[in-house]
This record gives sequence, C-alpha cells and structure tokens, in this order.
Amino acid sequence: MRKSRTLNLGTGSFVLLGFAALFFLTTQTTSHGLAVFGPAHYQVTAKFDNIGDLKVGAPVSMSGVEVGRVTKIDFDSNEYKAVVLLRLNERFNKIPTDSDASIYTQGLLGGKFIGLTAGGADTYLKDGSQIDFTQSAFVLESLIGQVLASFTKQKADEQAPARADPKATEKTK
Amino acid sequence: MIGELWESLTDALEGLGSVVHFLFRLVVNTPRVLLRFSLISQQIFNSGALSLIIIMLSGLFVGMVLGLQGFQLLQRFGSEEALGTAATIGLVKELGPVVTALLFAGRAGTALASELGLMRATDQLSAMEMMAVDPIQRVVVPRFLGGVIAMPLLAGIFSVIGIYGAQLVGVQIMGVDSGSFWSQMRSAVSLSDVTEGIVKSFVFGVACSLIAVYQGYYATPTAEGVGRATTTTVVTSAVVILFLDYLITAAFL
Repeated sequence: MRKSRTLNLGTGSFVLLGFAALFFLTTQTTSHGLAVFGPAHYQVTAKFDNIGDLKVGAPVSMSGVEVGRVTKIDFDSNEYKAVVLLRLNERFNKIPTDSDASIYTQGLLGGKFIGLTAGGADTYLKDGSQIDFTQSAFVLESLIGQVLASFTKQKADEQAPARADPKATEKTK
Repeated sequence: MIGELWESLTDALEGLGSVVHFLFRLVVNTPRVLLRFSLISQQIFNSGALSLIIIMLSGLFVGMVLGLQGFQLLQRFGSEEALGTAATIGLVKELGPVVTALLFAGRAGTALASELGLMRATDQLSAMEMMAVDPIQRVVVPRFLGGVIAMPLLAGIFSVIGIYGAQLVGVQIMGVDSGSFWSQMRSAVSLSDVTEGIVKSFVFGVACSLIAVYQGYYATPTAEGVGRATTTTVVTSAVVILFLDYLITAAFL
C-alpha cells in the first residue's frame, strides 16, 4: 500500500509538471496568452491603403504603451483597402474617436505595429467603431527605389554639365 | 540474386504488416484497459517520471548550447535580441520533440523491450494465457499507453528547461536584454509552432512505444533474442523518428 502511494505520488507530480510545461509553452512563449486569458476588451476597425507586412497578433500601442493587439486582417474589395481589426484593452477606453492610426516598424528590420495618436474629440472609441484617420505602412522597398532613382538622377545631373563643358574639367586639373 | 532481393522485400513488407496489425490489436484493446487506469499510471511512472532526470539535464544543456551558439551567430548581425525567438522556435518545433524521443527510445524503449522480451523468454506471457489473462491487455497495452501519454509531457518539460537554459546563457551570462529576449519571443512564436511540437511528440510517442512493445513481444525467447530486440528497438526508433520528423515538418509548412 505504501509503495503504491509513493508511486501514484510520483506519477501525479510528473503529469502535473508535464502539463505545467505545456501550459507555459502555449501561453508564455506565444502571443496568444493575452488573447485567451486577457482582460476585458473591445474591438475597433481601421482601414489602411497599404499595411506592408503587418501580421495578426501585432501590438497596438499608444505613446509606446501596448493597449491591444491586431486580431484580424481582411481585404475590402469595394474600397480596395485593408481592413484591420484591433482588440483594445477595456482599461484604455478613453481614446478619442478622431484619433489616428499609423503603421510603424519596430527597429530597422523588426515587425510592424500600429501606433495610435490621440485626437481631440469628446467622444470615445467603443466596441465596433471605426478609426477614420489612418496612415499606411512605410514600405522599405519603395523607399529604396525612390532613393536609387534620385541618386541616378543626381549623377546624371552631375555628369551632364561636365560633358557639355569639357574645358572646365581640364582647367581644374 | 533477384530471388534474394525479392525475399528481403517481402520480409520487410511482412514486418510492416505485422506491426500495423499489432497496433490495431493495441487500439482495439485500449478502451477496456482505460477502465483500469492504475495499470497505465504505473507505466507512466516507469517510462515518464523515471526518464525525467535525463530529459531535464539534456534539455538544460541543449538550451545552453543553443544560447551560446545563437548568441555567437546573431551577434555578427547585431541582432542578439532575436536569441529568444531562435532558441524557442528551435526547441519547441524540432529539438524538444526529436531529442526527447531519441532519449526516450534509449531510456524507456529499451526497458520496455527487454522487459517484455524477458517475459516472453521466461514463458510468463504463455503462463498468463494459460490463466485466461490476455497478456496484450494486462501487460502490453498499459506499457504502450504509458509511453504515448508520457512523451508529449516529457517533450514539453524538455522545451521549457531548454528555454530556461538559453535564457541562462543569453541573458545572465552574455548580457542580452531580458525584456527584448522575452517580448521578441512572444511576438514571433505562434501557437501553431507549439501545436506542431505537441503533435510531433505525440506521434513520436506512438511510434517509439509501438516499436518497443512490438520488438519485446515478438522477441526470440533466448538471451540473444532479447538483446537483439533491445538493439533493434533503439535503431529502428531513431530512424523512424527522424523520418516522421521530416514528414510532419513538411505537412505543417
């Protein structure tokens, strides 16, 4: 009897430890922990022209403080815009309706996140409302394209007068 | 020559067929065994709780090596903060399930195979049949189920200890910022990564336990036969684990 008791105790603690480990893995190492066991929340939508590589689960922050997460990304085929569903913590329920949402990048090559900047309206965002003022993601590739284009243009400008007036370059020698 | 080749091919197919048939017998007997849970709980203790120390020690060192190697590599790109993500994804998806299963085959699989093989060699299984006790129900299925239940739990423990080891080296020794270590991990690791790890370890648990009990149950009833069954268990388990790992990874991609 005594032996079976210690045996059951051993089995029980092993199983408990195992499930504790799995629980830790599913809630603490992933971004889903907040969604499942999170506090009360409300959802708002925002429409963007271009969301870059914004992913579901990306943080929504205000003055650098995380106030919620992106829960769904959809495409509006009438307006040709990306519809982003934001789940905001109920604790932050005083966000003016004319606040604007922009997509920023964490670090140089980090993931995207949504930053909210407070507006001045007296009414606050509530469940189901929409953020009207949005600013698209800053897409690094298009920026690089623009920089390259301006560089080649600059070079061409520099070379053009040199070719037109070869004597001027000879003089400088 | 061609005849020999044909014979070895049919032998291999016959072996595969009898393993599948054996698995079917185990599954059919499972509901009746579930009613006597104390038998299974004893086997969870034997193959799970007794493997805990080797799993935890290995997990700690694998995690510490990951922390060290990952730090060295990521430092070249100036993104040491990604260490948490790299170590966690590596552990949860690949190293946790695979290394746990390999250790499990070595620690618990061999124990199962030699135990059953010795029962076969000393006619204990026949004696049970004489007493109208089905050895499959009384002996084999509890051991099989014990292994299947223990494996995902062991893999989970391995991953958690491994993450702790990576954190120990990366944050405590190498000085990666603790906050960015955890927050980058949280934003980059998705639930499907964890699910993939759990599915893998469950499948490995079925494969490892099945191979071990099959080899033990059908061992040649001699001292040499039991030894051969034990060796075959480890070799076959290792190959099957790595093969299944590739399949599951490809399926989840």
